[in-house]
Amino acid sequence: MTVAADPGADPGVDTKSELSGRGSMGDVVFRGLAVIAATLIMVALAAVFIFLGIEGIPGFSVDEQNYTGQGSFLGLVVPLLFATIYAAVLALIVAVPFSVAIALFISHYAPRRIATPVAYVIDLLAAVPSVVFGLWGAVVLGRYLVPTHAWLAENMAWLPFFDGQPSGNGRTLFTAAIVLAVMILPIITSICREVFAQTPRLHEEAALALGATRWEMIRYAVFPYARSGMVSAVMLGLGRALGETMALAMIVSPKVLISLFIIGTNNPQTIAAYIAQGYKESTPDRLSVLIATGLVLFAFTFLVNAAARWIVARGRAK
Amino acid sequence: MSNTELSNEDTKLSHATLPRGAQWLVGVAALALGGLSLVLGMGIVGAVVIGVLGFLIGYPLWALLVENRRSATDKLITGLVWTAFAVAVIPLIWLVYTVVSKGAATLSPEFLTYSMRSVTGDEQGGLYHALIGTLIVTGIAAVISIPIGIMTAIYLIEYGKGNRLAKTITFLVDVMTGIPSIVAGLFAFALFTLLVGPGTRFGFGGGIALSLLMIPTVVRSTEEMLKLVPDDLREAAYALGVPKWRTITKMVLPTAIGGIVTGVVLSISRVIGETAPLLVASGFNPNLNTNAFEDSPMMTVPVFIYTQLSEATEKGVEYAWGGALVLFILVMVLNLIARIVGTIFAPKTGR
Amino acid sequence: MNTTSLRRALVPGITAAALALSISACGAANEQNSGSEGEGTLSGTIKGGGASSQEKGQAAWVAGIQDANPDLSVVYEPVGSGSGREGFATGGYLFAGTDSALNDDEGELTKAKEQCGADPIQVPAYVSPIAVVFNVEGVDELNLDPKTLAGIFSGKITKWNDPAIAATNPDATLPDSAITPVHRSDDSGTQENFTEYLAAAGGWAEEPSGEWPASIKGGEGGDGTSGVVTAMQGAGYIGFMDESAARENDLATVKVKVGEEFVAPSAEAASKILAASKSVGTSDNDMAVEVARTTTEAGVYPVVLVSYLLACPTYENAEDAANVKGYLEYILSEEGQEAAAEDAGSAPLDREIADKALELVGGIK
Repeated sequence: MTVAADPGADPGVDTKSELSGRGSMGDVVFRGLAVIAATLIMVALAAVFIFLGIEGIPGFSVDEQNYTGQGSFLGLVVPLLFATIYAAVLALIVAVPFSVAIALFISHYAPRRIATPVAYVIDLLAAVPSVVFGLWGAVVLGRYLVPTHAWLAENMAWLPFFDGQPSGNGRTLFTAAIVLAVMILPIITSICREVFAQTPRLHEEAALALGATRWEMIRYAVFPYARSGMVSAVMLGLGRALGETMALAMIVSPKVLISLFIIGTNNPQTIAAYIAQGYKESTPDRLSVLIATGLVLFAFTFLVNAAARWIVARGRAK
Repeated sequence: MSNTELSNEDTKLSHATLPRGAQWLVGVAALALGGLSLVLGMGIVGAVVIGVLGFLIGYPLWALLVENRRSATDKLITGLVWTAFAVAVIPLIWLVYTVVSKGAATLSPEFLTYSMRSVTGDEQGGLYHALIGTLIVTGIAAVISIPIGIMTAIYLIEYGKGNRLAKTITFLVDVMTGIPSIVAGLFAFALFTLLVGPGTRFGFGGGIALSLLMIPTVVRSTEEMLKLVPDDLREAAYALGVPKWRTITKMVLPTAIGGIVTGVVLSISRVIGETAPLLVASGFNPNLNTNAFEDSPMMTVPVFIYTQLSEATEKGVEYAWGGALVLFILVMVLNLIARIVGTIFAPKTGR
Repeated sequence: MNTTSLRRALVPGITAAALALSISACGAANEQNSGSEGEGTLSGTIKGGGASSQEKGQAAWVAGIQDANPDLSVVYEPVGSGSGREGFATGGYLFAGTDSALNDDEGELTKAKEQCGADPIQVPAYVSPIAVVFNVEGVDELNLDPKTLAGIFSGKITKWNDPAIAATNPDATLPDSAITPVHRSDDSGTQENFTEYLAAAGGWAEEPSGEWPASIKGGEGGDGTSGVVTAMQGAGYIGFMDESAARENDLATVKVKVGEEFVAPSAEAASKILAASKSVGTSDNDMAVEVARTTTEAGVYPVVLVSYLLACPTYENAEDAANVKGYLEYILSEEGQEAAAEDAGSAPLDREIADKALELVGGIK
């Protein structure tokens, strides 16, 4: 479709460019290219839905043996989706307080001499590939967390997360959630930091001049200003955690089930890890089941992102 | 000593405050507490926890007794922020240290120039094939994503400005940012299963999957940079009768180029380490394969790491660490390039 | 404008660098000159696929034949037995590896027959002992009978000091701690053969399958051999894997009761199993056997994985026929079996059986 620029948006620009006859041909071509590129994004997203649909929809109803003993597609995908959300939420619970604290540390607490390199290092860590995190979690961290698992099972069993026989090797959702948290921490931190740094200097100084302590200044001047930015940072972290594959696939001893218990030997398996572990040895029927679960994951993250946009936009409008 | 200082301050201020250097005092006390619990057999982790808790509670408590509640809260939060920073830095440093130390032991000229073709048992293998594969697949993704991403950003900023299509695209780009990487891989796999044949895994498929992940970051960063270009510049050009497209290519883009290049390089560094989509779309191959369009799997470094770990052998784990270090260095170098480009152009893009 | 010229320099620069990189992709150092030693005359590429249990054996064979025939490329895709059989029957693979013999339950045999134009050749190629591994503090040796093993893996025996375990290990100090049995969370030929053994010898109630039965609660799932290996770091764990993986990772192995004695997993003990097994082939070209899991013969280790190769007796393309024939002959040769034994820890085929298989394969044209 050809969409004309809203004439009200930038009238001066349009008239000027139309006045110069020389460039009109070039303008049409260049503009056309821009529109095509933009439209391609719509086409690409539609294509994701369409192709996953074509290959995945048969997976909703194939022979029972393809559903990992869960009987039906719904029986399979509901526990998987639960685990996906559960793992992401656990990671967020760990990561968000730390991220906000580190962002504050960089923007308001640390001396500049420390803050700048710290900010730089955190940004670098955002780019560490997830497979490296997964390798570290699987080979190194899990083993070190075994005593923690035993301690939690002994002392914190009143919480449903820790009530049961603890794992002896640390290949649990607990370990994975920590790794996930470490992975999304730099992402949330760098956005929060930028937002905090954008707080109007005058607001902050006014608060301090009124006798506010540093914390009060942050609470009443920085946080209100940064709220929508923080929400989108958290949502971005959530998005990454929902779709994270390798860390979970490499660390966790999985099983398709719904359970809050996170330090045991059977851990809920997430959609992404299920796909990564199942794709290798697959008959066409199994593949279509995997693609169908991928479609569910895509639809779900689509909804989450759309909701996040809506929240952020509403926050801005206020 | 603290007594004299306390009285000094007392005369100057309307209410009592903690002595200067109080945090150090509490710090020393907390250290002593930690040391004591270590002597009492708490173990190193327990001692550190007790020491930190001692500081976190002791310092605000003192402030509460001497000063007031508000000040105590402030001190508590300050302590928490510092602690949070310290705690969060531990795994990050630990991770980097492990990757570097374990990876360095594996790294050798052979490791970088050999492939895994015909490598069995304890024979020397390498990741040359994976390195080339990663460069090719990422290169394909970049060739697809950069023009589309930049042109889309130009449309959004220069042409679309708030119209229906632009709003939709902005929304879709945001949504695209959240596409799980494995879904991108499945998409490419499904696409080529239909177009080429079942079970098609090859380099180009991986490139398509990565470009799906790369486009939104290119759009976003280019958009930000184009927004920074002052309108005066555009208007001055229009006033001189320069056509819009010439204005964009000759004025706007050159002004923003530093930021755009930085953004593009950063987006490459994001996708170069993607594993899941390549696992699904490019597959794995012990041999060197330089043809991305032939129906034959192409190895990449992240997938190399994953498959080596799956070998469940000592050698495999060693190679996985070596691969992790190589990937780590690749990403860091790209980030450095982005930084350098950013600094070179920084004064020109500034407002 | 300064920036413009910089951009002009930059963009082609990047393109050139990218181009240079892709062009300089000349070849891995170890892929060049590899032909100096080989004098074989086979050339071209053949592609096969199937059971991932054979992956390491195939890697050894591929390396061996490629060293001898520098112009030959053999590709084996470890896509799983089912996909391997399917790929073979539809012509996508010239040969295939499978953990369970080709049968007509789902019309696979008929399809394969149509593809080949004759009864497909099916020969045993890869026999690998499956080790039951354990990690119990203070216990170095463990003897178990099949019934106890089945009890442990089905979750009925939950403590290490259970009387059933103590009965076969009178000298061991067994702790009063929980047993965590580790199975494969993915579909695996090792698992299928292990459960087949449990079912035949230990009264395992479930249907033997590559996938772990969902009805068994508890235990821990590991993804792939590596998942099981890392899981075995935990104290109180018991699992199963290829004997070579157990050796590679220094894991203690269980001695399994056969007849009146306890036998440790070893290639020698495993290689004796085929001779003791009965043939269930569907045609003259089919050498499938029913593995004698319940054997009581001394020194035979019955927890083994037997994996087959599939090929057609005739191929349309003479080069393909020559390559497949050459490759399979190498696999079944003494040299090939030794190579796999060394690199993958498999049990070399009994020569009598291997010679019979060689005869079948030798007829490929």
